[in-house]
Amino acid sequence: MRSPGGLPTDDRICPGSPSRSRAAPYRRRSVWSGAEPTTRQRIYFANHSSHFDTLAIIAALPPAIRARTRPVAALDYWGKTRMRRFIAVECLRSILINRTRTGEGDPLDPVREGLAAGSSILIFPEGTRGSGETIAPFRSGLYRLAEAFPDVELVPAYLDNLSRIMPKGSMLIVPITCTVHFGAPLAPFPDEDGKAFLERARLAVERLGKPA
Amino acid sequence: MTINTTVLWVFGGIFLVLLVGTIAGAILSARAKNEESRRTIDNLNARTRSWWIMAIVIGTAVLLGQKAIILLFAFISFGALREFWTLTPSRRGDHRSLFLSFFVLLPAQYALLWVNWYSFYTVLIPVYAFLGLAAIATLSGETGDFLDRSARVQWGLMLCVYSISLAPALTTLKTGSDPILLLLYLVIVVQLSDVLQYVFGKLFGRHRFSPNISPSKTIEGLVGGGLSAILIGALLYPLTPFSPLQSAGMAAVIVVAGFFGGFVLSAVKRDLGVKDWGTLIEGHGGILDRVDSLTFSAPLLFHLTRYWFAT
Repeated sequence: MRSPGGLPTDDRICPGSPSRSRAAPYRRRSVWSGAEPTTRQRIYFANHSSHFDTLAIIAALPPAIRARTRPVAALDYWGKTRMRRFIAVECLRSILINRTRTGEGDPLDPVREGLAAGSSILIFPEGTRGSGETIAPFRSGLYRLAEAFPDVELVPAYLDNLSRIMPKGSMLIVPITCTVHFGAPLAPFPDEDGKAFLERARLAVERLGKPA
Repeated sequence: MTINTTVLWVFGGIFLVLLVGTIAGAILSARAKNEESRRTIDNLNARTRSWWIMAIVIGTAVLLGQKAIILLFAFISFGALREFWTLTPSRRGDHRSLFLSFFVLLPAQYALLWVNWYSFYTVLIPVYAFLGLAAIATLSGETGDFLDRSARVQWGLMLCVYSISLAPALTTLKTGSDPILLLLYLVIVVQLSDVLQYVFGKLFGRHRFSPNISPSKTIEGLVGGGLSAILIGALLYPLTPFSPLQSAGMAAVIVVAGFFGGFVLSAVKRDLGVKDWGTLIEGHGGILDRVDSLTFSAPLLFHLTRYWFAT
């Protein structure tokens, strides 16, 4: 089912799977503190340590929000084989982007198009999967999107336990429960430079994982 | 399998107790005055609702027979181990051990129970997993906190898989009486002991037993609940190969072990900084919150019965 604007509106995780599917090998759980689950246009940004991260967030979002949220994924990985492309594009409606600037054009352009079309976006600003123990410095895309779309809310999300379900470099799944913590939206201050904002955004995600 | 009349009597009794509990809960709920007592009674009623479901699940497995019971406990182990590892920290180097715990050792333990290979299922985890998983963990090359990490892996398996599996293992014992009834005896005594400690604690509790570990446990609850559960255990001797006096003694072992099972797992929860192991069972917390007392009492009842009463 696609809306006239070409924007997919269904909430299926995979074509053919029942809607609200529990396709993931864990039970979805989410905690909202400081932000409410609403359909308002947002950029969700989260820590990244597992292939299941995207699924975990997509599954944790209520169906109405899920239907308008598109994950951003790396073209060099998720566009590499037919199978990966099927999972990323057909199942998850991902926006595939180049992680490195090659030739002409800004790698973020497809994301800007998605935002301009009204989608919410899910992005992993570390740019790659980490060990799960620390959160790497954020890359600048998040700041540039925040500047270009000041009306879109930036909501931090912390993924707990994902690195232990399936860490980078392993195909073995450990069936424990994961939790997605969504936090209060943040925006760049008028006089804040990109670097300071990105560090503040990184700390916002980190703090969600270590509640006082 | 023909339906055993004793089993029907037992479940008739359980459902009667639950019915009384449900009615009493409804009356208390209507009479609750302030916010705090309302919260306590809501939790009590949630616990009773969950007890209905648990009693029906166990009852169905008992009617279906020994294999169904083994499968049910395999799923209980899986759920408990999931809760254990969701909250217990692990490192990248433990990933393979965790995978093996869930998908090799747990199924193997219950498969060995299924074929009744006693000499193997009693050593698989305490010996082979104990040594083997430590050996496998060295292959990851990660040495940080090695002893702590190995201990956690072994505790997860011993508590959630080995100990719990010895409850359905009771059904394999040849004691001259119906072995499925012996499992029911264990489950009834250990769970009634928990319930009665809770009830006595709520009614008469004044002195906290150990505020550090489990703030809700009181000496009054412990003594009152424990003694009543031992008395009920003695009265339930027809379910067992024991005499009334022996049955009281076994019930005492179950009650004391069960108490420390709950207590030790509470200490683990405090160490991890959590209140409950999970959220699956409304009013109770997680699976592991419900079977914590079983993890300590099942192995004791199994080995004591096997040593003295089995042929």
